[in-house]
Amino acid sequence: MQDIHGKSRARLEETLAALGAWIAAILVLGVFGWILGDLLWHGWPSLSWEFVFDAPRDAGRAGGIGPILVSTALLLGICLAVALPIGFGAALCLAELAARAAWPTRLIRRSLDILAGMPSILFGLFGNAVFCVILGFGFSLLSGGLTLACMVLPLVIRSADEALRSVPAQYRLSAAALGLSRGATLWHLIVPAALPGVLVGFTLAVGRALAETAALIFTSGYVDRLPHSLLDSGRALSVHIFDLAMNVPGGDAHAYASALVLVTMLLAINLVASRLGSRWSLCRMSSI
Amino acid sequence: MRPFFQGQTALWMEQHATRALPPCLRVKRLGLAYHSRPVLADISLDILPQRITAIVGPSGTGKTSFLTCLNRLTDLIAGATVTGQIYLGELEIFSPAMDLLALRRRIGMIFQKPTPFPFSIKRNLEVPLREHGLRDRRRIEQVMQEALEQVGLWEEVKDRLHQSALSLSGGQQQRLCMARAIMLAPEVLLLDEPCSALDPLSSSVVEDLITRLRDRFSIVMVTHNLAQARRVADTVALFWPVNGVGRLIEQSATEQFFEDPQHEITRAYVRGYKG
Ligand SMILES: Nc1ncnc2c1ncn2[C@@H]1O[C@H](COP(=O)(O)OP(=O)(O)OP(=O)(O)O)[C@@H](O)[C@H]1O
Ligand SMILES: [Mg+2]
Repeated sequence: MQDIHGKSRARLEETLAALGAWIAAILVLGVFGWILGDLLWHGWPSLSWEFVFDAPRDAGRAGGIGPILVSTALLLGICLAVALPIGFGAALCLAELAARAAWPTRLIRRSLDILAGMPSILFGLFGNAVFCVILGFGFSLLSGGLTLACMVLPLVIRSADEALRSVPAQYRLSAAALGLSRGATLWHLIVPAALPGVLVGFTLAVGRALAETAALIFTSGYVDRLPHSLLDSGRALSVHIFDLAMNVPGGDAHAYASALVLVTMLLAINLVASRLGSRWSLCRMSSI
Repeated sequence: MRPFFQGQTALWMEQHATRALPPCLRVKRLGLAYHSRPVLADISLDILPQRITAIVGPSGTGKTSFLTCLNRLTDLIAGATVTGQIYLGELEIFSPAMDLLALRRRIGMIFQKPTPFPFSIKRNLEVPLREHGLRDRRRIEQVMQEALEQVGLWEEVKDRLHQSALSLSGGQQQRLCMARAIMLAPEVLLLDEPCSALDPLSSSVVEDLITRLRDRFSIVMVTHNLAQARRVADTVALFWPVNGVGRLIEQSATEQFFEDPQHEITRAYVRGYKG
């Protein structure tokens, strides 16, 4: 008797849990769909190839976002060129250090988590003080890109670190038992096994950098002309959207269209990263 | 570097003929603690060449830990500290000057759970060979095939060398791991309950393999299966917890261990097995 009751109870709990999961999934998808639909509805009419390639006119009410896309790409490029190698290297050091120095690693991890959760405007002020003023780069793409790098670095390090740590400890032991060196173990075994996770972190970082507004207003500036060098000021897409929406009456339509471009870029990057992740690790795993 | 890869078989025969009979591993008053909690104390025993030494004893007495001391895998385990000495020939294993990569090539280890890397079967063997300095493609293939044949896996996998090693059955995975270890031509093989994760059939295949390997390596095998220890081992060592710390109670020839044990505890332990 009791057994039967226990069973039906368990079944009920299972159903409830499944129901909860479905509701959560539908909510998330619903919100996402709503935002995307809203963007499409308002943005699609102004979207065209001219819009993507032309320079903005009349403070962005007319024309397009060509130079802004170039600035955005340069900012992102600088940010990734600095943050990815440093971040991945730091994560490797951290993962290797962990076995030998437990509490310093814990301290470092905790600090990185705090840094990763800092409001971006603080990074903006920091970047302004250090890169624009002290190092004398002024309001420039270089200052902006480096500030973005500082901002996403904690995220990159922590996500790569988590991915490296989630590789089973037994891999390290059996590699060591075969007389493989640390470097060989990392290169052949640990890094490929961690790669998909590392790439997820990188994608998150790209997303954060692309979406960043506050930190860039203080460092790379507002200028919407085509930049001629990394020391020129340039306007990121997110800053452009912010400006059109808040400061330019009648800029709504182009703000929506720009936002649509931004979201499309984010989605595309996500897609490419997940593809690359599985492809790379498969390659590294299957043959020399 | 020792010329492992040239004419392996010839080298083995040569070693077989000239190998001196003194123990190849001498353990002197070995102690081990994890985070200052002692796990092993005062272990002294000799591992003889071309013999199978079985280590038996209840769970948690530090048998696995003992094996990890022998190839200094303890270096990788956070909080592990060892005391005492282990000699491999004339070399002191714990001396800071010890070349760890060379040591672990001379003392191979098989874990309780099969541990193939998530690569193809071929790459599982290729990576260690390359890392130990074998570059010639043809030699690599040759050594690989030889090793797979020795563990009786060649016929089973020769057409699927490029498939993931994880797609093999448990017994095949364990034999792959053994091939991976013996192709480096170690002097000592450490086997940690090599059959315990396998079904009876694969288990007997692996056991046969171990007896066939006896001539070429010194084998230290941890096992919970006393019948197996009796079948394959030349000497048996009993580890037993004394006040929570693993100690060596008795090491004697298999025959004597089971028929005429010297120690009270061994007698009780063996009697339990005989029923
Ligand atoms: N990495 C570790 N860190 C801390 N304690 C450990 C570690 N590995 C093992 N121990 C402890 O050391 C003791 C001996 O463990 P060990 O695995 O060597 O025993 P064992 O004889 O191999 O047992 P079994 O027969 O169950 O495999 C156990 O109490 C275990 O909890
Ligand atoms: Mg064990």
